[in-house]
Amino acid sequence: MASRLIPFREDPIHPSEPTPVTITFDGQPLSGVAGQSIAGVIMANERLGFRRTSVHDAPRGVFCGIGVCFDCLVVVDGVEDVRACQRRASDGDTVTTQHHHGPEGEGS
Amino acid sequence: MTQVLIIGAGPAGLAAAQSARRAGAEVILLDSSDSLGGQYWRHLPESRPARKEAMLHHGWARFQSLATELVSDPGCEIISRAHVWAIETGERPTVHAVIGESDGRDRKRISFHPTALIIATGAYDRTLPFPGWDLPGVFTAGAAQALAKGERLAVGQRVVVAGAGPFLLPVTQSLAAAGSRVVAVLEANRAIPLMRGWLPKAWQLLPAASKGLELAGYAAGHIRHRIPYLLGRTVIAANGTTAVESVTTARLDRDWVPIPGTEKTIPVDAVCVSHSFTPRLELALAAGCQLTPDRFVQVDRRQETTIPGVFAAGEVTGIGGVDLSLAEGSIAGRYAAGASGTNPTLERKRAVFSGFAARIEAAHGIRGGWPAWLTESTTICRCEEVSYGSLCATSQTTDSSSLRSLKLSTRAGLGICQGRICGRTIEDLLARQTPGGALTDGSVSDRRPIAIPIRMGELASPPEAHSEHPPTPAKTSAVAQRLHEREHHD
Repeated sequence: MASRLIPFREDPIHPSEPTPVTITFDGQPLSGVAGQSIAGVIMANERLGFRRTSVHDAPRGVFCGIGVCFDCLVVVDGVEDVRACQRRASDGDTVTTQHHHGPEGEGS
Repeated sequence: MTQVLIIGAGPAGLAAAQSARRAGAEVILLDSSDSLGGQYWRHLPESRPARKEAMLHHGWARFQSLATELVSDPGCEIISRAHVWAIETGERPTVHAVIGESDGRDRKRISFHPTALIIATGAYDRTLPFPGWDLPGVFTAGAAQALAKGERLAVGQRVVVAGAGPFLLPVTQSLAAAGSRVVAVLEANRAIPLMRGWLPKAWQLLPAASKGLELAGYAAGHIRHRIPYLLGRTVIAANGTTAVESVTTARLDRDWVPIPGTEKTIPVDAVCVSHSFTPRLELALAAGCQLTPDRFVQVDRRQETTIPGVFAAGEVTGIGGVDLSLAEGSIAGRYAAGASGTNPTLERKRAVFSGFAARIEAAHGIRGGWPAWLTESTTICRCEEVSYGSLCATSQTTDSSSLRSLKLSTRAGLGICQGRICGRTIEDLLARQTPGGALTDGSVSDRRPIAIPIRMGELASPPEAHSEHPPTPAKTSAVAQRLHEREHHD
């Protein structure tokens, strides 16, 4: 699948040994490395879609990666509208996808 | 004492901080992230240092010396995770920030009242829309770069890099070094405009030899990884259902109109596309600064904007690369600190590298024929999900030539990104729909009175003045310690 974290032993820049972190994304535990963004942890676990849009219910993922586009919004520990690319993952973070129906949307 | 506040800790902001300190001012350096270096020197977090970080960067030694000097200097207060959301100007500028995690809750509100302000907020990728550009797996080139440098994540296994400009090269290099197979790099401009931009009076480039070396390094990387670099071709569609599975590419004419019959489909699991850059102008506009005709912050010889006491440096004043940003930052820092006289060496450097900026624009600038690759259903505004067809239909129905009213009637540019991604594109597309070919109300999509979204609870809480907010020496010294350790690893 698409995104992949370079295993630190293979990395030519020789990073120090990583500290593992675990977050949950929609209930599923995902493992990552301390210092990674929530976006990076989700992507490295083969999940490209972060949310679905209000009008067309279309999948969206990371686009700009630097906090400009707001496409990677997620809910972190109950707080909505968090840019996953701008937030470092902390061990135990509970992350869920967010989906808002627009004014013309149906249902809850 | 003169107090200089700098917004942005990329190359321009760091150089400005150093030079303002050396000119005797007290400095406060704000950045929204938790580390120094900006996007250009984006690196693994301090908690996970890499022994050979320098491999991923140009000028890493310069970064380390700037950062080490500033971090260990008690006269420079570095406040990270500072999100500036408004600026007011009066006798002195007032800068409003919230301090804490990005998009967090209950962050501390602080107001600063510096003697002088330096805006070094940089720029971000401008990606033109194309069918499928909203699918997961389509990234800006900057996203691929940030994830590769900042956390060692390769965005895809089989990747096409497309768009325009020299920035495609370092992104490709980062991807290849992260283990991605870059199938092709597509530069939209053809050989003739590229030569027209780069070749005239090529001797003028000689003093900018370091820039040449940087580009040559990327070219060598391409040869080593056998990555084809194709001119006059681009990605005109990304295809897939829940994520990108392939891209359609086509040859372009000189005006960027796709040439029928030249389409090719390439299977990929990621595509990185950037056509240009957009300067981050909202804070400069909030401060009242005027823009140049090509929509950068207008500055004088001293890097001072049209608002006295407010300076600007780096890509917010023009896209010219790291050397120009460093020179501009150094000049801005001196004058913001109240220094008089001139520094001919710095000014010569700035002149040399600003020549580069003009060449990049001439060689790689966006050409007017690109909307030919749009379809009726192509998303233009990603946040509000406004399609090209609906944008055109609504603007024709209302028969308006005012950007403000067209944004309200089409909803394009009104979403949570505040028009950062589509703003300039909708201005371009809407202008083409009006009878005179131009929008007439004089408004620009770069104006954002609240520069970043903050939470209502934070807005309701009273701000603290900066002097009541003690610096955090413990944190600063931890950063200093890390930098020190890194230096001795190398």
